[in-house]
Amino acid sequence: MRRQFDSPIVLLGARLLSPYIMVFGWYVIFHGHYSPGGGFQGGALLAASILLMRVAGGRRVSRLQIREFATTPLAIIGVFIYFATGLTAMAMGGYFLDYEMLPLPGLDPPSLRYYGILIIEVGIGLAVMAILIMIFDNMVKGEDYA
Amino acid sequence: MIWELELVICIFLALSAIVALEVKDLLVAVVMMTVFSFLMALLFVAMGAIDVGFTEAVIGAGVTGILFVVVVFQTSRKSND
Repeated sequence: MRRQFDSPIVLLGARLLSPYIMVFGWYVIFHGHYSPGGGFQGGALLAASILLMRVAGGRRVSRLQIREFATTPLAIIGVFIYFATGLTAMAMGGYFLDYEMLPLPGLDPPSLRYYGILIIEVGIGLAVMAILIMIFDNMVKGEDYA
Repeated sequence: MIWELELVICIFLALSAIVALEVKDLLVAVVMMTVFSFLMALLFVAMGAIDVGFTEAVIGAGVTGILFVVVVFQTSRKSND
């Protein structure tokens, strides 16, 4: 194990960079259905911003963002959003993930597909972010690297 | 795509792979792996697969770099048995 030291420059650089990575991740998620990117890439970007803070700032700082026990419920919520959308379309008489059958009032089928894919992408992004953070937390096992 | 640029990227790709294999310090090897995947992402984008290049840049240069650093910090160089 290497010697630990506090570097304010590293912490300041990570604090400067992390919110912009997170905003770019949300941009990628919300533009994923008509441009390159999508739920997986956006979720990985969100996870990268939070992992950057965990590596640079240690547990004392990163606990303010997302705690260790909150990652599993976030992943469950993401998977639940995905399967709830798909199974709702199935229950309304279509196939699995058949976005035209979603019971959103006042929308024509192209808009239904548009918003259906958007809901799916948000669910996938949440699940990917939570599971990547969970992998990091379980690898670190309570030790501090900052 | 300009073929001279692709040639330069391919040369740097091979160089970073050789350095990552041959270097003694494991942290340098991790950094060279991230350089490798970033150049790989550039090649994917040059070949027209923007989605694949994006995924490679995010996962290869971002997340697996951090995970490799954690693994390097948690293992010791010499075996104790």
